[in-house]
Amino acid sequence: MSPSVIEIHDVSKRFVIRKEKSLKERLVNFGRSNLHKEDFWALRNVDATIESGSTVGLIGANGSGKSTLLKMIGGILQPTSGSVQLRGRLAALLELGAGFHPDLTGRENVYLNASILGLTRRQTDKYFDAIVDFSGIEQFIDTQVKFYSSGMYVRLAFAVAVHVDPDILLVDEVLAVGDEPFQRKCMDRIRGFQQEGRTIVLVTHSLDQVADLCDRAIVLEHGRVLADDVPRDALRVLRADFETTRQKEVEQATDPSGTDRPKRPNVSIAGVRVIADDDPAEQPTIAPTDSLTIEVVVDAGERLEDWILGIGIDNPLGVVVYGTNTRLLGTPLPPLDGSIRYAFRLPAIHLGEGEYTIHASVATGSGQEVARLPIGGRFMIRADGRSQGYLFVPAEFRGEVDS
Amino acid sequence: MTTTSETRAARLEDEPLRLAGPRPGFARGTLLSIRDIYAHRELLGLLVRREIRAKYKDSTLGFFWSLAKPLAMLLVYYIAIGKFLGAEASPRNPGGIPQFAIFIFTGLTAWQLFSDIVIGSTGSIVANAGLIKKVYLPREVFPLSVLGSSLFNFTIQLSILVGATAVVGGFPLGGRWLYFPLALGVLIIFATAVGMFLAAVNVYLRDIQYLVEILLMVLFWASPIVYSWALVHDRVAGTLFEQLYLLNPMTQVIIGFQNVFWVAGDGQLVPEHMGRSLAITLGVSVCLLWLSQRTFARLQSNFAQEL
Repeated sequence: MSPSVIEIHDVSKRFVIRKEKSLKERLVNFGRSNLHKEDFWALRNVDATIESGSTVGLIGANGSGKSTLLKMIGGILQPTSGSVQLRGRLAALLELGAGFHPDLTGRENVYLNASILGLTRRQTDKYFDAIVDFSGIEQFIDTQVKFYSSGMYVRLAFAVAVHVDPDILLVDEVLAVGDEPFQRKCMDRIRGFQQEGRTIVLVTHSLDQVADLCDRAIVLEHGRVLADDVPRDALRVLRADFETTRQKEVEQATDPSGTDRPKRPNVSIAGVRVIADDDPAEQPTIAPTDSLTIEVVVDAGERLEDWILGIGIDNPLGVVVYGTNTRLLGTPLPPLDGSIRYAFRLPAIHLGEGEYTIHASVATGSGQEVARLPIGGRFMIRADGRSQGYLFVPAEFRGEVDS
Repeated sequence: MTTTSETRAARLEDEPLRLAGPRPGFARGTLLSIRDIYAHRELLGLLVRREIRAKYKDSTLGFFWSLAKPLAMLLVYYIAIGKFLGAEASPRNPGGIPQFAIFIFTGLTAWQLFSDIVIGSTGSIVANAGLIKKVYLPREVFPLSVLGSSLFNFTIQLSILVGATAVVGGFPLGGRWLYFPLALGVLIIFATAVGMFLAAVNVYLRDIQYLVEILLMVLFWASPIVYSWALVHDRVAGTLFEQLYLLNPMTQVIIGFQNVFWVAGDGQLVPEHMGRSLAITLGVSVCLLWLSQRTFARLQSNFAQEL
């Protein structure tokens, strides 16, 4: 059992939104100052314990309080109530190069930034070559950083950050920096950190990254913990949550009282059915080489002249593994009116083993989506266990070959 | 054989839990704050260097500019007040201030340090908002780094002053130097106390930084920098105003400095018991510094969200 390194007990955070700031305004409004305040709870009764060596993703919509929680763990913000307790050395990568001074050279900034992140001068001396090497900008290390390109800037900053030796690393949306080779280098480094038993808490909007890196994800919504689970289940909760928000927006958009917006056609997808050739179940289980028929029922309350019908297959992490539509297939549709059932045929599906969901959507000819059913049907692929990944390929090993 | 991750887990298991961010507690907090700042002394050093190096980095004359201002002020006051208004002692004006240039430069040197620290510290938290919002550090390092870079400028100015005393033939010698550590101590501690307090308050009330500039200007004229204490004494001797005037720590500091460097002013009138007053003020300043650090610690928990 690993010891806990972060213990969050019943943490709430209130921000007071004040509308005035200067002395004059404060004096003038002194008696009525409460009228000019507004409470905003960024976090409400959050509890969590994070064990040493785990990688935890904090996810949620914008404004759900994930960055606030991260800052609280980092000690930058103080909770209004509750407590955050830590063990071990902490380094926070909340913004790359936060301590960089544009007028100083790269070299001077490395020392300064390393010191801000908690390295001693001697340690920085020791790592200096490694840092410069990692950043790949040896040539410019004695140039003032204000002349750096933004890529060079973040490279150097990230290089410093990953050479700090923390027990807990807090990361806020900074992993996706630099060009692709550099990103790969960063990810390798993060994985190295994981192997060395460091704890990583990361805030990100890249859900693939969460699925990829984390062994646990905490979903926040309006300051409350919505789910705290393995990434796969947490992501499902988050996606469902996003879907509710989207539905609401759609309703608002179609609401007749909002007259300013262009009116959306009254179209919906009544249902999606997955039909396997051999398995009559509602959620069929098929082999990778089997074929599927997907039926979509579209309900139009009004006539839609030029339109497109699309379907797609998602894996449990929400990655779209396949998608197509009638335009791509080169089959223009006749004007839509009333309730009509359409079918797509997917022969020899060739997907890897696992569970998949089907989504369907209707768009106008100009590409504007007017209806969407995010999880319409489900099916399972049972493969032979000879491969991993999204795809099924009946591979064979040919043994050693003469060159 | 144990892996890195197991060793780490075992080590962490033995560590006690601590609170994230600044520690609470009033009296105990002082010690922890000092320890925290001490642990970041290397960073403090780097920040001081950053301030010094970045300030005049791209100017051709660089450093010279930090001297240009006091030298220009010296020239202006020397000509306008010393010559035109007749404050300087001359054969025609034997009652004036002897070696007026040294006199003024002594006061200006001390004053420059004070105003650098106070103005610099007041804006230091707001100026480093980017860092404060992103990384946890003992935030005292920002006002303290201002203190460091101000002291650096002060040292240069002071060496010019000492050089000048040698040139005009009044190099300060012997026991008069005793005033120097005392006056400098009061100056640094008092200015830091004021600066740290204002730095914290300025986060909540940005008007402070403008107010400070005005108050400093008033305080400049309320200290015997360009006129001598004797002139004040002539007007207000024995009144409450005299007591008030002498209570001003900067008055004491500047008279202390003049006692050291203004050798030509030896025969001039000085307030009684300067050494004792300075020692008392030093004690009071230390208390003020403690109070202001505690206030700072109290207010800093909300810095990140107020900036």
